[in-house]
Amino acid sequence: MTISVDKNDATPAVTIKVRGRFDFSAHQEFRQAYESAQDVEEWVVDMTEANYLDSSALGMLLLLRDHAGGDSASIRIIGCNKDVKKILTISNFGQLFKIE
Amino acid sequence: MKILIADDSHTDGMILAAIVRKEGHEVIVTFDGDQAVAKFVSEQPEIVLLDAMMPIKDGFQAATEIKAIAGENLVPIIFLTSLKDTDSLVKCLESGGDDFLSKPYNQVIIRAKLNAFARMRSMHMAMANHNRQLLLEQQTAKRVFENVVHSGCLDLPYINYELSPLAVFNGDTLLAQRRPDSGLHIFMGDFTGHGLPAAIGAMPLADTFYGMTAKGFGIEEIVVEINRKLNEILPMGVFCCGACAHLDLANKRLRLWIAGLPDAYLLHLDGSVERFSSKSLPLGILSSERYQVQVFDVQMQNDERLFLWSDGIHESRNDSGKMFGDQGLLSIFSDLEDIHQPIIPLIRNRLTQYVGTQGLEDDLSICDIRMHDPEPLLIERSPSKMPTRVAGNWQLEYSLGASALKSINPLPLLLQAINEAEWLKQMSGQIYTVIAELFSNALEHGVLGLSSSLKATPEGFADYYQQRQQKLDALSMGFVNLRLRHEAEHGRLSLIIEIEDSGSGFDWCQVENRAAGNAYSGRGTNLVRAIVDKLEYVGAGNKVVATMTYLPV
Repeated sequence: MTISVDKNDATPAVTIKVRGRFDFSAHQEFRQAYESAQDVEEWVVDMTEANYLDSSALGMLLLLRDHAGGDSASIRIIGCNKDVKKILTISNFGQLFKIE
Repeated sequence: MKILIADDSHTDGMILAAIVRKEGHEVIVTFDGDQAVAKFVSEQPEIVLLDAMMPIKDGFQAATEIKAIAGENLVPIIFLTSLKDTDSLVKCLESGGDDFLSKPYNQVIIRAKLNAFARMRSMHMAMANHNRQLLLEQQTAKRVFENVVHSGCLDLPYINYELSPLAVFNGDTLLAQRRPDSGLHIFMGDFTGHGLPAAIGAMPLADTFYGMTAKGFGIEEIVVEINRKLNEILPMGVFCCGACAHLDLANKRLRLWIAGLPDAYLLHLDGSVERFSSKSLPLGILSSERYQVQVFDVQMQNDERLFLWSDGIHESRNDSGKMFGDQGLLSIFSDLEDIHQPIIPLIRNRLTQYVGTQGLEDDLSICDIRMHDPEPLLIERSPSKMPTRVAGNWQLEYSLGASALKSINPLPLLLQAINEAEWLKQMSGQIYTVIAELFSNALEHGVLGLSSSLKATPEGFADYYQQRQQKLDALSMGFVNLRLRHEAEHGRLSLIIEIEDSGSGFDWCQVENRAAGNAYSGRGTNLVRAIVDKLEYVGAGNKVVATMTYLPV
């Protein structure tokens, strides 16, 4: 499980990339990732290389959402594989995040 | 500290004893392994210093025995040895030793080692105490949780379920409670996380569920309230996936809400499976103003079964890492020989084979609820006990206009008024049924103008509820007036329920003749007639009066 943060100067978005299993073990890293970024207008969570996501990962996404301004947060989740997408869909997270 | 020394060389033993004593410790000296073990039992020393080579019983054997006797207590054993070869030193550690001291003795090293082991021992003891305390707390917590969470009616014969005894600490909750009428509410919840943080939300959840169900609220209102409470108290990132079902046994209706749990299954009489997917966000994430509750309305028949589960089954993996999923479950259902077959053991067997060498996790939560007729004793016309205190005359009128009809459920308030009169309280379930049936007739047929003939087929049934919602959302005019009159006159007690709506009424003579023959509608009125003493439609049929009378002997 690794998390990396990428800030492209050309866009205002910060991308958090998740690799492997996205579960409780990523908690610390994921939090550090979003807390280390400053003045972010838009967030992107890149799941292209994530192959699994559990309910504590959903909790982490909610923490990110809260950190990014709660109801006014702009967060896109991109590159979800079938399993990841299914878990996001069952929980209806489409109401809270832009899932692409 | 009390320190046991065993050394067959009297001189070495005396020298070591002198050094240790000088450090301020109490010393017991023995000369062979047998004595050492015996003294260990009788004196209970805190550290043991053992010579490796001794007559009768050597140090290795003695160390093994002492460790076995000590059990979970940490009693450090330090070998005293002039041996230098690797094999012997390894043997010291393998037989239970924790360290060694080489001869000839060095006082500074002895002091340092004794201090180090004393530190380790007190740390170990603190940890063991801590652990004991934790287990005790968990046991107490489990008992409290059980009292609150498992106080419902999961033991009813038509509910089958499986839930690990520690389910609440896995975040899983299963609740069942009878409604005031002949219905039943079931709630399955799955909190994120494990241990106490996952369990803590189950308390307010269960409290709200039981309390509101008993007061006559519907599942949508209960779900909204649970969401409000959890949103208030749970930390960000902790939430509860759930499913809540209302089984209306008299009318054979199912209302189902599902959020974040795997698809619920409905097993039809012909063996086919209908799936219901999560339509709402889990509980505790959004504030109540923003939380949307969507439900399914389904017509069921006796012996059809509803299955709810948390994701433990679906996420079980085989040796190559593939999840069991809906595919695995559906294959079990398609292999069923008859629809009455117990399914939970089948799932357990199939899953055990599937996971193979990894073994089954202990967090499977399944609930299997069968549609059936309400217990006949629910229709009881007179209170079983004589009232000792008779309330006088009172009247309660509750008028709901168009916008109130969209958001207010009048039943809990009316139920509360009924519970004030002792003779009525004993029959509150039946009275609730009467008001609920007549109120929904007034709203659905009277105000909204829905035709009950729509409900003649299962497809039409779902349609009916969709139209009901659409028409209610669009409603701008109309009313329902509910009036309860309690009369205590000439030794006679009566409750008169009057419900009037803004609709144009209906040809009630004709409907009354037809009702008995229709499988999917009209049951409500039949049920009401079985409970009340008199049921009359008035005028155009937009007003109904139900009377219950009781003559205390």
